[in-house]
Amino acid sequence: MGAVTAEDFSAFVHRAKDGSDSFDVAVRGARCANCMAKIEGGVKAIGGVAEARLNLSTGKLHVVWRGDAVHPAAVLGRIHALGYEAAPFDAAGQMDANDAEGRHLLRCLAVAGFGTVFVVGLTDAVWYSNGDIGVHRALFFWLAGLVSIPLTLYAAEPFFTSAFRALAKRQTNMDVPIGAAILLALALSVWQTAAGGAETYFDAAIMLAFVLLVGRYLDFRLRDRAAGAARHLVTLQSALARRLKDDGTLETVAARELAPGDRVLLASGERVPADGILEDRDAEIDVSLVTGESQPVIAAAGQTLRAGTINLGRPVVLRITAKMDDSLVADLARLLEAGRQTRSLYIRLADRAARAYVPFVAIASLAVFAGWALSGAGLDVAVTNAIAVLIITCPCALGLAVPAVQIVATGRLFAKGVFVKSGDALERLAEIDTAVFDKTGTLTLGTPVLSNEVPPKVLDLAARLARASRHPLSRALAEAAGPGPVAVHVREVAGSGLEAEIDGAVCRLGNADWCGVTSEHRAGELWFRAGGAPAQRFDFRDHIRPETKATIAAFAPRRIAVEMLTGDHAQPASGIAKEAGIARWRADVGPAEKAARLEELRKQGHRTLMVGDGINDAGALALAHVSIAPGSAADVSQRASDLVLRGDGIAPIVEAIDIARKARRLVLENFAFAAVYNLAAVPVAALGLVNPLIAAAAMAGSSLIVTLNALRLARP
Amino acid sequence: MDGMALIIGSALLMGLCMLALLVWTLNSGQYDDLEGDAQRILIEDEAP
Repeated sequence: MGAVTAEDFSAFVHRAKDGSDSFDVAVRGARCANCMAKIEGGVKAIGGVAEARLNLSTGKLHVVWRGDAVHPAAVLGRIHALGYEAAPFDAAGQMDANDAEGRHLLRCLAVAGFGTVFVVGLTDAVWYSNGDIGVHRALFFWLAGLVSIPLTLYAAEPFFTSAFRALAKRQTNMDVPIGAAILLALALSVWQTAAGGAETYFDAAIMLAFVLLVGRYLDFRLRDRAAGAARHLVTLQSALARRLKDDGTLETVAARELAPGDRVLLASGERVPADGILEDRDAEIDVSLVTGESQPVIAAAGQTLRAGTINLGRPVVLRITAKMDDSLVADLARLLEAGRQTRSLYIRLADRAARAYVPFVAIASLAVFAGWALSGAGLDVAVTNAIAVLIITCPCALGLAVPAVQIVATGRLFAKGVFVKSGDALERLAEIDTAVFDKTGTLTLGTPVLSNEVPPKVLDLAARLARASRHPLSRALAEAAGPGPVAVHVREVAGSGLEAEIDGAVCRLGNADWCGVTSEHRAGELWFRAGGAPAQRFDFRDHIRPETKATIAAFAPRRIAVEMLTGDHAQPASGIAKEAGIARWRADVGPAEKAARLEELRKQGHRTLMVGDGINDAGALALAHVSIAPGSAADVSQRASDLVLRGDGIAPIVEAIDIARKARRLVLENFAFAAVYNLAAVPVAALGLVNPLIAAAAMAGSSLIVTLNALRLARP
Repeated sequence: MDGMALIIGSALLMGLCMLALLVWTLNSGQYDDLEGDAQRILIEDEAP
């Protein structure tokens, strides 16, 4: 990065009370200890930086300094220089809120766990003393209450808050009967203790909170992983741009501040900050992330370049035509957002059941209370039986039915190399009847590979030039030749090729014109000429993955239709489709058209699985019923999809579908069990045959059975 | 019964201490980046 001038990042800098400034940066692409050491070391090396710590799980780098010694732009510039993409982190972002929620649930769980052990210890002492405890019974009960009441009220806070929120909106949810049962059990216990009664339910109340919190926390962990797509998309947009002033000097500005009409200098390897028109000369542009086209394109002067594409050749000047917020990457972010909202309309099965169930529970326990009170059995008996009904019908087996299966299925898939990001993804994966695949990087390896025989001597010479360039075909050539020397003084002409002098001969590597030959094909080939020797052609092809054919073939027996959508041209697309065994395919499909096709399939009543890896797929991934991204996928696509394959291959997709279908069967079994349990338990509790503690134990037992049933999925 | 009070009291105290410790580790962010912490031990210390 060039000299950094003042820019306004002050909104992102947080000043602590002790006068130190901190700045959070979202860093993309850091995955291992090496990256972590490189980034932290690099940022700490900036004079004045007191602390730099990268959170690998979230990609957030926390930088602290004192006084005005450090400028935020210098931090961003340093991370860019190290080869990572970075953007200021929105402090009020969703992630901080999620962090806080997770911590709060864990705290509640810890409190409830401790409380359960302690209170059950105290009350058990009373039950097993068979009355020997005598006058000390009240003391033990008061002690149990003293511990149980504050801990239960604290630990059950998530349920109270959620129930209160629902009631304020004149709705009910699962937390309403839970909250009511806990409060009633505590109140009844205080009353019983004060009246010198023989039974209290301090232990039942806190045990209930503990068991339910376990389910709630598991559910949270799954949802948490799904969050964060749009935030990371921000890092794909260049944070900084170099603006040309009228007097010809450069100033570095935030890309956000670019206005239409500004002229920007784009260095080799830099990402286009906002849509703009190429001003002076032809440029070679890597558009793969935006359109999915595998070959770099040559943009002529006067052509529009999209934000997010990369300049591969020499520095060029760009005249900005749209603000960054109006650019294509920003559009993709909006597409993603839209997809997320459509999906959130999918109501979880358990919630649906619980919603119908809650009024029933309330009415049942009220009826039990009224029945016992009217029959003249005494108010305490009526309340006790009503609480027993509330607890025993507590829909926590219902609440655990889904998360328990999901956790086990997720764990099993993780071992197979599939990372499940959202909790309900498996439910949706089990329902699919259509699978849509992207071509480049999904069905194919995504990188061009040298495909023709070339004399080793020529290959060696050509590789010396190729190693100096970051052009994808050059890299493929260098890859084929293996490590070796690099020619000195390599000149790169954008849109043409490379030139250097080796052993006195002028060598040229590039397109056909550049090497003075004529060729029908343009894309996917390189030519090389050393001095006066005849030119040599290098062919490159994107190869199909070895497992693609078998994977596609496995879809038909599972009654899933397969379709291919690609941004690439028809000719390479038809070849790959034929090789993979896909009959339905479309070529030259842009990001918006991909999303439109997904929408069309949805309207036809199909439930679609989308598998794709490019940024251009992100919108479609978000719109699909369920989506999978291969491990090599662009980060936004991984974030937009529900499942990410850890390795590069696509073979685990079939296994994921099988496990998802099995998981759905187990969920249905769990639901059936929970329903039968409740049908049997309600009459028993209503007749006054169980007290609240036995009810709580039965409830815990039903949860246990549901969990054990889920564990069956862990066996192959 | 004095012994009982002592046992129950000290059990409560010890339990609350452990609970406080756990909450402290939670609030000081020790579970925030499990993946990063696992990788971090692989980084060489700088020369003293």
